Amino acid sequence: MKRSILKKWLVLEVVALALIVVGSFSFTNTSEAPASDGYTIGDAATDFNLKNVDGKMVSLSHYKDAKGFIVIFTCNTCPYAVASEDRIIALDKEFKSKGFPVIAINPNNPEVQPDDTFEKMQQKVNEKGFTFPYLYDDSSSIYAEYGAKKTPHVYLLQKEKGKNIVKYIGAIDDNVRNGAAVKDRFLANAVNELLQGKEVTVKETKAIGCSIKV
Amino acid sequence: MLLFSVILVTWSCKEKTESTISEVIKEPITEKFLPIPIFNFETLEDAYFNKEDGSTYVINFWATWCKPCVKELPAFEKLNENYKEQGIKVVLVSLDFPEKIKTGVVPFIEKHQLLSEVVLLDDPDANTWIPKVSEAWSGAIPATLIIKDGKKVFFEKSFTYEELETEIKAITQ
Repeated sequence: MKRSILKKWLVLEVVALALIVVGSFSFTNTSEAPASDGYTIGDAATDFNLKNVDGKMVSLSHYKDAKGFIVIFTCNTCPYAVASEDRIIALDKEFKSKGFPVIAINPNNPEVQPDDTFEKMQQKVNEKGFTFPYLYDDSSSIYAEYGAKKTPHVYLLQKEKGKNIVKYIGAIDDNVRNGAAVKDRFLANAVNELLQGKEVTVKETKAIGCSIKV
Repeated sequence: MLLFSVILVTWSCKEKTESTISEVIKEPITEKFLPIPIFNFETLEDAYFNKEDGSTYVINFWATWCKPCVKELPAFEKLNENYKEQGIKVVLVSLDFPEKIKTGVVPFIEKHQLLSEVVLLDDPDANTWIPKVSEAWSGAIPATLIIKDGKKVFFEKSFTYEELETEIKAITQ
């Protein structure tokens, strides 16, 4: 209980700060989104320092040569997350060498979702052979700041003048259950557009996911 | 026959699980619970969203593997039990994968003795239909839509019975 109050307070503070920062630059955005809504397209995403399954801490700032990041909030057992695993691995293989590595973050509290302990994250990585960091959002603060509501939930970031700007939010593609039946690769299309120096055409998409358990 | 055409519509956009579905339909486990109607979003919308028949439709999106969904199901069951005579129709829209009907959904319904209407939504193009449920929906479940005579209220949250009752009273008054 205490934890969640503290967390909410922290989130409020962070969001308030973000609003002040955004407000001072934005003249057109007059929408009154609730404070818990997290990032929208064009926001600068926060860096983090989270523990990877190998025990090492990972921050976006460690990636000096990256052009951006595919940040995916995901977890061990959500059927939609599991159905996406092979596609996430494929995305990392496709885009890491082009400057957009995948960073996966598990936001779930293992006290609420026992299948999402750090040890089970390590098992998952061993079984599936993840080629990307799989980080544990220990304080459950990063997902809240980003505004992730479910797993999987994707944030595509591009480095611009030292900041990580949010360019796409949403689904990996148009068929979360069945990779073989995908017609539209929303996320891959967005990365490819950024690589070509273009603006992302489809900036936000929706998919069914498991609510984040905190 | 209506059910069959619903399934046919579903088939047209699926391939992989086609045989599984037909197998399920041909070999029902129990007469009591099968077949579970399978809808795509369009047919679901036709069946429950646009009815202006004076009834209040409480449409809950859930899945057997979704813990907060399972936790709130008794509240929906109680609502169904207490308010069905007053024109409240609870529809539990399962988002379980169609291949899990036999191994997941039906045993779940039997175990928990669900009396509310249970249907399965099998429509992979969620990016198209989620905003039609509500622009405010992130896609996380549980989620609930309450509809009465064209008026819609949407909630991306877990419900207690008391909270559900409050919302029902608000929309029916």
